[in-house]
This record gives sequence, structure tokens and C-alpha cells, in this order.
Amino acid sequence: MLHDDAATAPRDSSRTVAAGLLAWVWPGLGHLYLRRRGKALILMGAILALFVLGVAMDSRLQLHLGLEDPLALLFSAAQMGIGAPYFLARALGFEAGVVTSVSYEYGNTFTAVGGLLNILVILDALDIARGYKR
Amino acid sequence: MPSHLVTLILFSALVSTVFALLLRDTTRERVRFGAFAFAAFVVSTLVIGWLTNPFPQ
Repeated sequence: MLHDDAATAPRDSSRTVAAGLLAWVWPGLGHLYLRRRGKALILMGAILALFVLGVAMDSRLQLHLGLEDPLALLFSAAQMGIGAPYFLARALGFEAGVVTSVSYEYGNTFTAVGGLLNILVILDALDIARGYKR
Repeated sequence: MPSHLVTLILFSALVSTVFALLLRDTTRERVRFGAFAFAAFVVSTLVIGWLTNPFPQ
């Protein structure tokens, strides 16, 4: 009798949770955990490059958690999608950005898109861990 | 960053790479999709920039 591995294998929820968490903590780490080394390294390089370039272009990394400014909340949530690099950059003093810089808005776009792309990467890692994707 | 164009090319290349890896499964498909996405980003930005050029800032 033939079995579809993805359908019949018992779901290892701890593996799925670990892959999701690792993927959020550091871009590509979830895929590395799932033994997708090539994909992991390229995703890590591309997303970290977006974020580092954004910070170098004087992006703002301020944390907004209140509802008084919903767009700022969404912007912070997008940036936080990249995980540890966001908090590391804040800890290193890149929180305020340079609003007068020519590249300030470009920097904001790069850091927010880096975080949003990492959310897609997290979902991809969850799909692989559940057996929905190769 | 040296210029707007270099920024656009860097952004397009990095985002296209991630999209290609996530949305396609084989290397050949990824290269084709990545190249298409990159071209779409760059060309559409240049076209929109050109079309909006007459409008005042």
C-alpha cells in the first residue's frame, strides 16, 4: 500500500514551532533548521542585505506599539518581522535614523520590506515543516 | 547610496531573489521568474517615474 508521506506522517508540532520561531529570530535560520541549506543562505543574505542597506540609508527603527498612530504601528510591525537584527540595530544606536538624510525614505522602505519578506519566509518554513512544501 | 537608479536596482534584485526562491521550486523556474520580476520592478518604476514627471512636486 502506498502512502503519501506528507499526509500520513505524524505532525511534529515541536519541529514546526521551532522552525517558525527560528525563522523569525534570524532570517533563514528556520530553513537551515529544516536542512534547506542553499535556500536558507540565499534568503539570509538577501533579507539581511535589505535590512543593513536600509539602516545604512538612515532608516528610522523606532518602536510604536500604541494605537494613536496606526500607520506607525504597522510600520514597526513590518520592521520587527526581521527579528533579532531589528532589535540588535536598535541596541547599537540606530533607532532614531536621520530624518534629514536624502536616503531616509529609501532606508525606511528597505527595512520594512526586509521585515515583510521575512514574514513570507517564516510562512514558507512553516509549510515545509508541515510537509506542505518540499 | 550613489544614485536613485542604483538603489532601485539593488532593491529590485534583492526582492526578486526572495520572491523567486519562495514562489518557484526548481532552479530553472527560479532563475526565469527572478529575472522577470527584476525586469518588471525596474521597468515599471522607470515608466511610472517618466509618466509622473510632468506633475508638480
